[in-house]
Amino acid sequence: MIIEGKKRLWQEYQKEIATDNFFYVRSCVRQNFFPGAEQTFLRIMRESLGKTVFENPGHTTCTGIGYHCDIVPFNTTMTVVARQFALMTEAGCENLAVSCITSFGLYTEILETWKHFPETEAKTREYLRKATRREFKIPNNLAHASDIIFKLRHEIVDRAPYKLINHNTGEPLKVVEHIGCHYSKMFPHKGVGGAEYPYVLAGLAEALGGEIVDYPERRHCCGFGFRQYVVKANRGYSLSCSKKKFDSMEPYRPDLIITNCPGCPYFLDRWQYVVSEMNGKTYGENGHGIPVLTYEELVGLALGYDPWDIGLQTHQVSSEPLLVKMGIPFKPEKKYLGRRGEFMGRPAKPEYLKIDMEQVVVDSSLDAEG
Amino acid sequence: MITDYYNELTSDVRFTEGITGCLNCGTCTAICPAAEFYNYDPRIIADTVQTRDNDKIYELLSGDMIWYCGECMSCKTRCPRNNAPGLIIMALRALSMRTGLFTESEKGRQQLMVKRSIGEWILKYGYCLYREEMTIEDHPEQGPTWEWQNSHLDQLFDRFGVKYRGDGPGPLRKIPEDAMEELRRIFDVTGASDLYEFIEEQSARKASEMGLEFNKRLDCDYMFEIYNHNSDFHTKH
Repeated sequence: MIIEGKKRLWQEYQKEIATDNFFYVRSCVRQNFFPGAEQTFLRIMRESLGKTVFENPGHTTCTGIGYHCDIVPFNTTMTVVARQFALMTEAGCENLAVSCITSFGLYTEILETWKHFPETEAKTREYLRKATRREFKIPNNLAHASDIIFKLRHEIVDRAPYKLINHNTGEPLKVVEHIGCHYSKMFPHKGVGGAEYPYVLAGLAEALGGEIVDYPERRHCCGFGFRQYVVKANRGYSLSCSKKKFDSMEPYRPDLIITNCPGCPYFLDRWQYVVSEMNGKTYGENGHGIPVLTYEELVGLALGYDPWDIGLQTHQVSSEPLLVKMGIPFKPEKKYLGRRGEFMGRPAKPEYLKIDMEQVVVDSSLDAEG
Repeated sequence: MITDYYNELTSDVRFTEGITGCLNCGTCTAICPAAEFYNYDPRIIADTVQTRDNDKIYELLSGDMIWYCGECMSCKTRCPRNNAPGLIIMALRALSMRTGLFTESEKGRQQLMVKRSIGEWILKYGYCLYREEMTIEDHPEQGPTWEWQNSHLDQLFDRFGVKYRGDGPGPLRKIPEDAMEELRRIFDVTGASDLYEFIEEQSARKASEMGLEFNKRLDCDYMFEIYNHNSDFHTKH
């Protein structure tokens, strides 16, 4: 009975996720802070899994941060999102793959609003027609990009030479998974596993052999808070939220943090640097921080992509300790090289947080381009 | 004629979806990150609006409290009555903006800063955020990696196989001008452009009332004040 009950409960939190032919819409935060991550998603989908993903360079911000900072009216946001739907429709696609969690939450909110208040959809169509003469179809399938990676995780694992297993001890690596609030806190049934037990990242990490850390502040917000970060006078809110999470996860000695939201990896990465500068405190091993990766960066590493081709040099907290644990061969000196091998200089060193790894064991089989 | 603020709120679907009857259990406050940091209690927000007391709703609209929420929506998940104080906040903030009452509180006045950054970047670049506008002076948390990246943006993006601010698809591509024009027209027909103008007008009025220098740039006294100043009554000690 109990098992049947559990199955029934979980069925409520399953979602249909398309497996091919996507129209991809990008994230403002990720394009600015982790531009390599979105490119890695496309590379995983197109090169490693042979999927079709369309893009239209004419898609814009969904206005999500402006909307949640309360300077962009709901009607405006609905119409901008309707324009993205129009571009998808014009590309002959029905499956929308959304890079951003704020966008994903907003698209979900808008579709729910249109369902319950049909007059808002009619009005949005009228606005869009007036402003752009475009028409649109509602997506047949709306998925966050992390949903798609979750759905395809077994295909990924089959192709992955590297796992979330300590290369030296054979033990599973300890993974903190942090889910963006707007993934499922507003509409739990639209996320894999709901809001209390979201499984979208945990499922990926487990498939790669990792062990999930269940720590007290696991579901606490990273602290973006929109206007609470954007305005300098409020920024202590954001830092305090992230610090609360770091202090809560620290005793479990996580090997990495993975996230599915654009803002979260940024805050969990940068606020570790800020805590170190303010208090001299670091949360990782030997003066390093806890590496913070997006789900694509993790999958890219597992698939054997070069760490510096997927953008790990754009993080303030170094990922090298994780690479060593996973047994991934890499060349530290290539971290700051351009594509043609030109040296781009290197960032200044923070006072306390270690950002480079001078001494690493590099696999001798790795060629000069590796 | 006195404005019926409750009636105004009910015209916003986020308000009608956000409250169906609060039993004052305080679950939202227990889970709320803002309640932990600020002198803030989302339970009070829900309880106040359901009284329909016009004076009390006016106090919310012209006070600091409604600006403390981070819109993470954690409250939505846990409320046993399926209320969402975060949605009520969004409706209250929208009404505070439309009535100009946002200028009556320290935290509300910050909306001009948000409009002049995020709001204008949307219409200038097509992105909510734009890295070249985010200086290390304003964002010291970016750390040394940010300064290093900003000195090598063309090479760095090239490393990821894309042209920085280039044509065609890619991160931080140049959004085509016809798309930008459509975005601006959407802002015009849906009322966002008028709201932007209203934020400027109301902020100029308030700056004059406060005796602070005000101009269109980011470096006037009023902007400095709203971006940096923090009274000590907002947070817990």
